[in-house]
Amino acid sequence: MSEDTNDILNEFTNRDYEYGFSSDIHTEFIPKGLNETIVRTISAKKNEPEWLLDFRLKAFRYWLTLGMPQWAQLNIPPIDYQDMIYYAAPKKKEGPKSLDEVDPELLKTFDRLGIPLHEQKMFSGMAVDAVLDSVSVKTTYKDTLIEKGIIFCSFSEAVQEHPDLVKQYLGSVVSYRDNFFAALNSAVFSDGSFVFIPKGVRCPMELSTYFRINAMNTGQFERTLIVAEEDTYVSYLEGCTAPVRDENQLHAAIVEIIVLDRAEVKYSTVQNWYPGDKDGKGGIYNFVTKRGICKGDSSKISWTQVETGSAITWKYPGCILAGDNSVGEFYSVAVTNHFQQADTGTKMIHIGKNTKSRIVSKGISAGQSQNSYRGLVRVGTQAENARNHSQCDSLLLSDTSGAHTFPYMDIQNETAIVEHEATTSKISEDQLFYCNQRGISTEEAVGLIVNGYAKEVLNKLPMEFAVEAQKLLQISLEGSVG
Amino acid sequence: MQQYIDFFNSQRQKIDESCAPLLNSFREKAFDTFQGLGFPAYQSEDYQHTNLSALLKPDFGFYLNHPNAEINPHKVFPCNVPNLNSYKHFVVNGCYYREPMAQELPQGIFSGSLNEFAKQHPAVFSEYYNWQVDEKGDGLAAFNTMFVQDGYVLYVPKNVVCEKAFQLTNISGGKVDSLTNRRILVILESGAQAKLLVCDHTTDTQPLLAATQVVEIYAEENASFDFYELEESSPNTIRLTTNFVQQADSSQVIIHNITLSNGITRNNYQVDLEGEHAETHLYGMVIADAQQKVDNFTLINHHVPNSLSNELFKYVLDDEAIGTFGGRIIVVEDAQKTQACQNNHNLLGSSGCRMFSKPQLEIYADDVKCSHGMTTGQLDETALFYMCSRGISIQEAVLLLKFAFTNDVLQSIRLEGLRDRLKLLIEKRFRGELVKCQGCI
Amino acid sequence: MLTIKDLHASINGREILSGLNLQINAGEVHAIMGPNGSGKSTLAAVLVGHPAYEVTQGEVLFEGENLLEMTPEVRSRLGLFLSFQYPVEIPGVSMVNFMRTAVNEHRKYKGETLLSAGEFLKMMREKQDIVELDKNLVNRSVNEGFSGGEKKRNEIFQMAMLEPKLAILDETDSGLDIDALRIVANGVNQLKRPDNAAIVITHYQRLLDYIKPDIVHVLYNGRIIKTGTPELALELEEKGYDWLK
Repeated sequence: MSEDTNDILNEFTNRDYEYGFSSDIHTEFIPKGLNETIVRTISAKKNEPEWLLDFRLKAFRYWLTLGMPQWAQLNIPPIDYQDMIYYAAPKKKEGPKSLDEVDPELLKTFDRLGIPLHEQKMFSGMAVDAVLDSVSVKTTYKDTLIEKGIIFCSFSEAVQEHPDLVKQYLGSVVSYRDNFFAALNSAVFSDGSFVFIPKGVRCPMELSTYFRINAMNTGQFERTLIVAEEDTYVSYLEGCTAPVRDENQLHAAIVEIIVLDRAEVKYSTVQNWYPGDKDGKGGIYNFVTKRGICKGDSSKISWTQVETGSAITWKYPGCILAGDNSVGEFYSVAVTNHFQQADTGTKMIHIGKNTKSRIVSKGISAGQSQNSYRGLVRVGTQAENARNHSQCDSLLLSDTSGAHTFPYMDIQNETAIVEHEATTSKISEDQLFYCNQRGISTEEAVGLIVNGYAKEVLNKLPMEFAVEAQKLLQISLEGSVG
Repeated sequence: MQQYIDFFNSQRQKIDESCAPLLNSFREKAFDTFQGLGFPAYQSEDYQHTNLSALLKPDFGFYLNHPNAEINPHKVFPCNVPNLNSYKHFVVNGCYYREPMAQELPQGIFSGSLNEFAKQHPAVFSEYYNWQVDEKGDGLAAFNTMFVQDGYVLYVPKNVVCEKAFQLTNISGGKVDSLTNRRILVILESGAQAKLLVCDHTTDTQPLLAATQVVEIYAEENASFDFYELEESSPNTIRLTTNFVQQADSSQVIIHNITLSNGITRNNYQVDLEGEHAETHLYGMVIADAQQKVDNFTLINHHVPNSLSNELFKYVLDDEAIGTFGGRIIVVEDAQKTQACQNNHNLLGSSGCRMFSKPQLEIYADDVKCSHGMTTGQLDETALFYMCSRGISIQEAVLLLKFAFTNDVLQSIRLEGLRDRLKLLIEKRFRGELVKCQGCI
Repeated sequence: MLTIKDLHASINGREILSGLNLQINAGEVHAIMGPNGSGKSTLAAVLVGHPAYEVTQGEVLFEGENLLEMTPEVRSRLGLFLSFQYPVEIPGVSMVNFMRTAVNEHRKYKGETLLSAGEFLKMMREKQDIVELDKNLVNRSVNEGFSGGEKKRNEIFQMAMLEPKLAILDETDSGLDIDALRIVANGVNQLKRPDNAAIVITHYQRLLDYIKPDIVHVLYNGRIIKTGTPELALELEEKGYDWLK
């Protein structure tokens, strides 16, 4: 297994941001700007029921009362929320019933991204929901899955086909009042994925959503909702890319996960939005709220993220450990280069008894970038025997970058054991020289050592993603060694 | 906040009356700062768990214009730390207590009243007093400058090494709710060495006794300073301290802050390592139960290459005590070869207590060795069982382990007499025999 | 193969090598002995291009080319190998990955085709046997958690993988018990060919019982002060270094 991983890693040669192309797809836009009419327009375009429009409007009105959060270690240029398009969709007839009806240019786009939408061409064992700009263009293997009772479809489709489920769970983990970006997303979200695993079913394949921003001046606001009923298991993957553009584009997503008794959800992200160029021009602003609740006894949520893209990342995938004996995990590698900024981490909220959480965060900073870990561990008064262990390491590859660690620990139960450790270091010259002496160039040695450093996290990724992620780490650091 | 602005405006003459004119000359600017900033806002990043505005809301009385208080410290605190040979000083309700007989001090050292120092050494006073408050201070520090009546100064001239420790005892008491604003200024010129122990005591357990204290420490090249602070007050106290430390090349400062008993305490430390090879060791220990609240916030700035900081805070909480530790280490760009180590370890003893911990690193240089660690938990059950299996009672085993937990902080104290005394006090404290302060240590 | 002329080198401004001359031909094994601080390890470090050392004077030719102008990785690819006295630990990087990267870099440099995963694994298995290296070690991170003996064996294993023209063994015997020493020495001997050469740096004679040198040099104060037959090594063992000073 790891052999193959290494193969691909080794045969890999340096490349630039390889997903930077843009496609010429006929796109339908709504006018720029944000107001109630826009919110209503989006809702109408999606033919949404009244309650969902209400939800959006409430969120929008609440959003109007909020200001951008300022606490992160980020320097965020002012964002003009009126100078942005909130809905862009590839033009189509009526939702493609079969692949033949999907715009060939679109298929080509996803092909180039390595995400073939023809089922026969795909990695076996992985179903894909492909989201371009504001809408889902195709979900594969739907039929295979439905035989087991698994629902895997676009969010819009779920609203039409499974309104009760959506109504029951939407906003139940991340309320529209949660924060500025959550309110914004709740008002204007356009599409995303919906996953429902019924009682007792182990999902036979990896589910995956691939997000692609294509249109200009457009924000992407997707919403993912995953419900895992009792005794289920699902592994869900998410990937993202965007074209190279000089402007900054906004991505503000929400992911909600609900896990019932003895169920487990593994959520993996390889985030590779366009990071901007080496002078810090352009790039995606990635402001994401991701949270899962372990509602049931002995339930488990595991977040794994590899963050290499985006000009600015603001993201704290968290777990609410409400069920007794539930487990939350967060494994993260965040790489920043050039002028990228990342403020990312997790929240582990221990509520139930005997809950456990584990945090492993590896930050790698190069160029002039700033990379922060920010994480909260809270043990509530009723959370008897809660356990947490956090390990947050930073690796600095340049003397002009920054590495920061901001843990917050709030412990209200005396039976808890909470441990946090963090180190900051650089690659040792001894290690580089040892590699050099064996004939390995410095650039390659850095790649090796960085991948070794991040291994504990990369190992948590499903196979196909691990390979992708290792490659990404090397590309992201290209030119970072002087 | 408005009450203090009004008070300052209307009572300016009384505030100034018994103070040195030089001391008074700093008030106006501080007033402008305070008006601009106010108290640091509750729930702002560095004040998430201490609400200064609420704490200082009551209608406190100020002790103004009283050269010597009605309390005779020698009567109230007759006891000494055995084996600690020290020069003793008292500050009573914010005013330096003038002894009938002056103590003999070696080689040009000044150890005494802030007002006196302003008169005797106006040039040195002007150079150092309030400089750090101006440079780094927040609204709380400015507030202290506005109202400060007196305090203590330790000035050690160039290359003077004083082996004997200085001991300052702060005594608060009275019949009405009061707010005192006191000050400590420590200046060690290059090559100077000294040790200072400051103890906080209260004489009464009834009215609300609030105090702000600003400490400014200057350690010039090669200076070495040991600063021990011990709070042994009562539940009716509010203690808000701000400590600024400025260090030049190759200076060494060791700070211990120990809270044995208190009401509500917030201690701020800001250490600026401005000289290469400067070293700071910052230790804290908190033993809190009942409804005690202790919030320690530390900020260490490494401004230049090759400096070192080492930080260790330990909390033992019980009942409904609330502990907060906020630590931040900043290593600026180019401060290469910095070594910074920050640790916070906490023991929780009951279901009502609560610990917030925020150990933070902000690093902008790559060739550094920085780490931090935090643990919060309870005593090791296997160790307890092991001890019990050897015939030790569970109570005694708990005590031994708690004591062992505090040991590394105690071991780092370089005043033997104080270390021995603290061991005794802490043991008594853990046995529940030390209810409140029992004389000066 | 290797010609060193009047080599001067220093670290942090302190001169360690002061006018060293040495000629090594293909097929030869040279032992360099000397007391602590004589410059033995410095010589090894300078030859492979350690950045901490500065060459202030002199010339080193490796197969006729100026070695001193090359980066460490190019020297390696040309066939220079150092068995480190203190092998470096690289957490998270598996031996397999590390060696595969190194071997393929060497092959790329020589214009050879890269090894497939299968070929590479086969090669690894063969070479492992030479030093009786535990199969599991190659799946662990480079040198991480290896015992002293395992680290040294791992060095010789890497040497077997990279097939250098000139191997420099820097105190390979230090910290080894007799069994490990025998295994390491056997490994070295098996790798000996008429077209390659080795420099064995050691403080003691005992390694030379296992690896027979052709020529023995005594290094003292940064120069070679005596050159002789293997008997010289025995003499040194008996009399120490003082009689040479």
